[in-house]
Amino acid sequence: MSWISKTFSSSIGRKIVMSLTGLFLCTFLVVHLVGNLQLFKHDGGTAFNVYSHFMGTNPIIRTIEWGLVLGFGFHIYEALMLTRRNQGARPQKYVANHSEQNSEWTSRNMGILGSLILIFLIVHLYNFFWRARFGGLDKIGGTDVETRDYDNLYMAVVSSFHVWWYVLLYVAAQFSLGYHLWHGFGSGFQTLGLNHRKYTPLIKAVGYGFAVVVSAAFAAMPLYFFLFTDDNGQLTSAVSPLVHSLTLALK
Amino acid sequence: MAGSNPNAKPMNLTLNVWRQPSPKAQGKIVEYQVKDISPEMSFLEMLDVLNEDLLHKGEDPVAFDHDCREGICGSCDLFINGRSHGPEKGTTTCQLHMRKFSDGDTITIEPWRANSFPINKDLSVDRSAFDRIIQAGGYVSVNTGGAPDGNEIPIPKDIADRAFEAATCIGCGACVAACKNASAMLFVSAKVSQLALLPQGDVERKTRVENMVAQMDIEGFGACSNIGSCAAECPVGISLENIAILNREFLTAKATSNNLA
Repeated sequence: MSWISKTFSSSIGRKIVMSLTGLFLCTFLVVHLVGNLQLFKHDGGTAFNVYSHFMGTNPIIRTIEWGLVLGFGFHIYEALMLTRRNQGARPQKYVANHSEQNSEWTSRNMGILGSLILIFLIVHLYNFFWRARFGGLDKIGGTDVETRDYDNLYMAVVSSFHVWWYVLLYVAAQFSLGYHLWHGFGSGFQTLGLNHRKYTPLIKAVGYGFAVVVSAAFAAMPLYFFLFTDDNGQLTSAVSPLVHSLTLALK
Repeated sequence: MAGSNPNAKPMNLTLNVWRQPSPKAQGKIVEYQVKDISPEMSFLEMLDVLNEDLLHKGEDPVAFDHDCREGICGSCDLFINGRSHGPEKGTTTCQLHMRKFSDGDTITIEPWRANSFPINKDLSVDRSAFDRIIQAGGYVSVNTGGAPDGNEIPIPKDIADRAFEAATCIGCGACVAACKNASAMLFVSAKVSQLALLPQGDVERKTRVENMVAQMDIEGFGACSNIGSCAAECPVGISLENIAILNREFLTAKATSNNLA
């Protein structure tokens, strides 16, 4: 099987793994974002808790979860291997290098952006995923027989997002994610050879839109709880009438 | 003395030049002053003036690569003020003219920096890594005859044009020099796409891309991060589309060739 190992240890082979895992992780972002939008539902967190219980217990989701672990693992591993090769390719730097005149900052700093995202990911997983999976969360309680034994992840979210430095970390991480996607989305297609003068401008535009929408929507979550809700996730009285009228208007 | 343009005023410049006596020696930036440089000189002619001065003073002239001085041979290779071939887009160093600079400017001149392009002396680098990549597969083995024989094979105009665009690569190495990763993929992709597009190159297209990419990796060039600085600095405008074609060719070859090694 040496042709397989040769393929995936070549510079292009490694880039192809980077691109496939990167685009796969983009699909994860969509699922994660759409699910988390339930945080904005004004039901005391019921919908979000039911959703998170489903995600934590459904056997299909739990299986796909391993794919996600592998996706992150290979993306990070290949990034390290490629970075090592690339740094070895130019051991002596230029005295004067004006790369800002021929390329974008985001494109040249994917490693730094990715590392920032990784730091965020570790904090994020520890705070929510780890507690949801291995205990440490309160139960919902109440009278509903079906849901009273579910973990109350919603309250963990609410309390975390009332800590100022935690909110700051989340928003900063979304900037890193946004810039990472700004280059990464289109770059993934280019690496797979999917470049065509008709479609590449469209792919790039979709990538830029994807980067902005996904990172802004994720950043909106901690900001929303920090700025507009009390310790129980209820809207503070100042914003409550506004949201109420908006909800009525949407109905 | 300002050449034929009466409005062109001669310039005095400060040059920060990389001096390195031999491949293994420690190099450093040395400052030189050049006077009465005509704006109509090419950058290399300005360096000729510097070398004349140095010779008159009994000092070692600055070594730099050059040949045709017409922008077609790909020999000249200077990293000028932090850019491959200097500040002007779509230009080789020999076609960069001093009118792009102003009197009193300080210009930093360095060699291409890549592990795969070892420095011979001063600003001159050894780009034989490119030759070895071409030797690995950048050719067609069949005898295609003379021009009349070549024209016997009908090739659609748009295909011929695209192959020609890729074929304009002069192998100067500006792409490697500009790339953050010192990647040679724009250079390799230009040859791979040129030959993959043409019927003459079709016969060996799988072994070609496999062997050329393998040699590129052996030479120690970095991997492509799709940053685009290579295409932005390419004096002949080789586009990133070629790298996508290279990736496609590589994937297809690896998946379908009979090569198990």
